[in-house]
Amino acid sequence: MRDTALLSVRGLAKHYGAHIGCTDVTFDLFPGEVMGIVGESGSGKSTLLNCLAGHLDPDHGEVFFDTRAEGLRDTIQMSEPGRRMLGRTDWAFVHQHARDGLRMGVSAGGNVGERLMAVGARNYADIRTQAEDWLQRVEIDTTRIDDRPTTFSGGMQQRLQIARNLVTGPRLVFMDEPTGGLDVSVQARLLDLLRGLVRNMGLSAIIVTHDLAVVRLLADRLMVMKSGRVVEAGLTDQVLDDPQHPYTQLLVSSVLQV
Amino acid sequence: MIELENVSKTFTLHNQGAAVIEVLTDVSFSIKPGECVALTGASGAGKSTLMRMIYGNYKAQSGAIKVGGVDLVTAAPRQIIQLRREHLGYVSQFLRVVPRVPTLDVVAEPLLALGTPEDQAKARAATLLSDLNIPQGLWGLSPTTFSGGEQQRVNIARGFAHTYPAMLLDEPTASLDPKNREVVLQLIEQAKARGAAIAGIFHDAAARDRVCDREIDVTCFTPVAAA
Repeated sequence: MRDTALLSVRGLAKHYGAHIGCTDVTFDLFPGEVMGIVGESGSGKSTLLNCLAGHLDPDHGEVFFDTRAEGLRDTIQMSEPGRRMLGRTDWAFVHQHARDGLRMGVSAGGNVGERLMAVGARNYADIRTQAEDWLQRVEIDTTRIDDRPTTFSGGMQQRLQIARNLVTGPRLVFMDEPTGGLDVSVQARLLDLLRGLVRNMGLSAIIVTHDLAVVRLLADRLMVMKSGRVVEAGLTDQVLDDPQHPYTQLLVSSVLQV
Repeated sequence: MIELENVSKTFTLHNQGAAVIEVLTDVSFSIKPGECVALTGASGAGKSTLMRMIYGNYKAQSGAIKVGGVDLVTAAPRQIIQLRREHLGYVSQFLRVVPRVPTLDVVAEPLLALGTPEDQAKARAATLLSDLNIPQGLWGLSPTTFSGGEQQRVNIARGFAHTYPAMLLDEPTASLDPKNREVVLQLIEQAKARGAAIAGIFHDAAARDRVCDREIDVTCFTPVAAA
């Protein structure tokens, strides 16, 4: 087992004035691990995710990432171009609303190809072949390659966003409610797809969601947040089957049984 | 292979007046490779709780639970995940799968997770499914729509796909017809023969007598106050 964490977070905090966004967050994520972050709306899980991914500037703390070239680097101290480069190569961010992660005026193939071009791909035929390959992997009919995402259903848009994000072979994927807003049959299909991609590509992922069924199927580990703090963390099935913290007990017992 | 030392378990129900329920106290026993031990005791005695503690999805308050040298009470999540992937199998009573995934893939998954080539993993899954009399026509369908007995057999096939050195079986023969019950008992005997250490809950007394080497009555670990 490798002992070097891919992402190492120490004492991360973000305040909005006097209000706590998230505070005192410390954890290590190892290669190949999928971690879920759960909590109710306003618990700070999206704030945390955005701080980790470099979309928000935290007030305190460190986020070390094991870069390919230089080993562990604090991404908060990193230069803006350096962080943007990470965002295009080793990191990927899947937004809850696909339209936040896609360019709606560009064709499906263009959405996937654009990320390749951002890391230096120039051969048009290669880019198109890779885009086709990825559309197939996320189960989008390749005859739709020249169509704009505005003509796609919500589930297809979400799958296209995933293809756009994974085409450059990232090592860490941040996901914000990736199955939120999709109907259940589409969710199941997306979950199956994500699980396969995580296993086959050896990805590490951090998934923010309020859906406990989603984390049970996707995440190895779980962090439970309340009022900006991590109140419980551990193995996913242990946290869900034998919750220790009063809030986690309330959360788990509040789920409707189907 | 499986060793428990002075393990205790209490549940604290914070949302019900912080009631503290003591379930098990001072549990110590060990299971050797090739040995199958039945956990017995009346319903509510803590058999399933004990089994879930050995699997790591219930947290022990004190003591040590070692499987293949890893202490589940203190191990990090990734150590437990690795242990479960390679060394510790669990056949629960309920099948929990991603909807839409074909039965053959569900059964092959533990092998794929270990890096077994896909054709080998699927061949092994196919053998188990046909041994357990799941019609081949169903292999391409998701087991979520199967009958209870079929789901249980899929669950057993999945649990036996990899040759784990330690296994936990929660009522593996419940609700099976005699033919399939016999197949499952043979799988357990084969696992023992290759040296697996097994802990099981068997309400089926005849099955228990046939495959288990000894019994551990969980009632003797029940705290006196609660008894």
